[in-house]
Amino acid sequence: MKKLINSPDSVIADALRGMAAAHPALSVDHDTRVISRAGGAAQGKVGLVSGGGSGHEPLHGGYVGPGMLDAAVPGEIYTSPVPDQILAATKAADGGAGVLHIVKNYTGDVLNFRMAAELAEDEDIRVSAVVMNDDTAVEDSTFTAGRRGTGATVVAEKIAGAAAAQGADLDAVTRLVTEVNDRSRSFGIALHAGTVPAAGTPGFELGPDEVELGVGIHGEPGRERGSMAPVRDLVAYALEAINADRPVGGDVLVLLNGQGGTPLIELYGAYAEAVDWLEGHGATVTRNLVGNYITSLDQAGFSITVTALDDELVRLWDAPVETPALRWGR
Amino acid sequence: MNLDTRTAVAWITRAADDVRADEARLTSLDAAVGDGDHGANMTRGLAAATASFAEKPPATPGAVLVAAGRSLVAKTGGASGPLYGTGLRKAGKALGEAEQAEPAAVAEALQAMLDGIRELGEAAEGDKTMIDALAPAVAAFRDAVDDGADLGAAARAAADAAEEGLAATVPLQARKGRASYLGARSVGHEDPGAASTTLVLRALAEVTTEDAA
Repeated sequence: MKKLINSPDSVIADALRGMAAAHPALSVDHDTRVISRAGGAAQGKVGLVSGGGSGHEPLHGGYVGPGMLDAAVPGEIYTSPVPDQILAATKAADGGAGVLHIVKNYTGDVLNFRMAAELAEDEDIRVSAVVMNDDTAVEDSTFTAGRRGTGATVVAEKIAGAAAAQGADLDAVTRLVTEVNDRSRSFGIALHAGTVPAAGTPGFELGPDEVELGVGIHGEPGRERGSMAPVRDLVAYALEAINADRPVGGDVLVLLNGQGGTPLIELYGAYAEAVDWLEGHGATVTRNLVGNYITSLDQAGFSITVTALDDELVRLWDAPVETPALRWGR
Repeated sequence: MNLDTRTAVAWITRAADDVRADEARLTSLDAAVGDGDHGANMTRGLAAATASFAEKPPATPGAVLVAAGRSLVAKTGGASGPLYGTGLRKAGKALGEAEQAEPAAVAEALQAMLDGIRELGEAAEGDKTMIDALAPAVAAFRDAVDDGADLGAAARAAADAAEEGLAATVPLQARKGRASYLGARSVGHEDPGAASTTLVLRALAEVTTEDAA
């Protein structure tokens, strides 16, 4: 497997050097691997921190900046960051009004963020956390580690960033992120597995005519293996799963996300099918994102996130944002 | 014999060596049911633990385990860092300030390790996790001590029980961690966390047996 890297060991360090060189508005600490705003924490504003394993770029470092995150903390590829890193990010984000951790529901992320929150509280930083679990592909039951956090995390980080910028307090921002999680459902389908650089081979094998229905963002298996089909049918499968879990209707935001190895022309084709399907089921797509926003290295495929909107969420979504990966209104 | 500082350092150092030697096997076990990084993560965390002993030599066996736990939390990442790290810290704290720990005190410390991991991971026996190796091992260690076994014999009993527990994870369906997303597809594989736990306990048996000889 060919990779555009110097060596598997230097992938993250090299990418962070590139982030720092490309985006002077970011401050990158190459020791702790914390990406924060160059100007430091805004006093009196709620700080927003997210993080998780690397390999999902632009999540989370690409969402640091005015109107979104204050700091992001990348771990090793597909491995959660450690508590000391998360503590450093929490300090970088702390402007005295408390810090919110936006955590995706994976055992490692949840445990490391929980330990970091205890360390931060020892240093008198008030921390609250929301665990995102929007992936409908797995059952949330005692038989699994629960539903996984996926595309709704991008939506939550944008909404929370806008609310924090407008002066909302820690409880209000926490409540909004919980609300975005509750109002969002996601489903992913993979056409080809991604390859972790250190492993060198694809994370799972799919036959030439097979797809993984309900795949996770680390290539975790979903509900079943299916047969390759026209994009219309794959999009319908994903939206039926979402609709069965939380019926669609009213105004919705759609994130039509690429997993890293699928061209934009195909993602737009998928988006057209998603709009048709949703409008045929009584929903109106009033906001959207189409592109690679929460990826899985070079995994081919897509995921759809549907978030039910209300006036407050639309206002916060439309508020100005200026980050490497999302920017409008400024 | 009792567990002293030198033996505790030897235990963690041997565990680091054994895990590094078996890294490829742990990685392939994890690739089958998870994301294939357990070998690399455990090697990195245990190497950091042994490096910390050289940097700041701990004065008591309890301090050895607390320092090892801190290093694992700080360097491992994933779920295994907090779980192993918390377990070792709890074990170290249970040993207190004593310069030597008698077998009964080591049994208490292993129980504290198990309790700490169980609480943090919210896993029970049968969930196909490291608990499936650790819980029977802790019970076997205690039973051996109650029957008058010395430290080495108790540790060998624990390692044997862990190996049986590890083998018993093969037919189980995972209910915790990333493997749980496989559902029925997790059946038929050894749990990687139970495999690394078995290596760590076998390392204790090795160093306490060699010292006694």
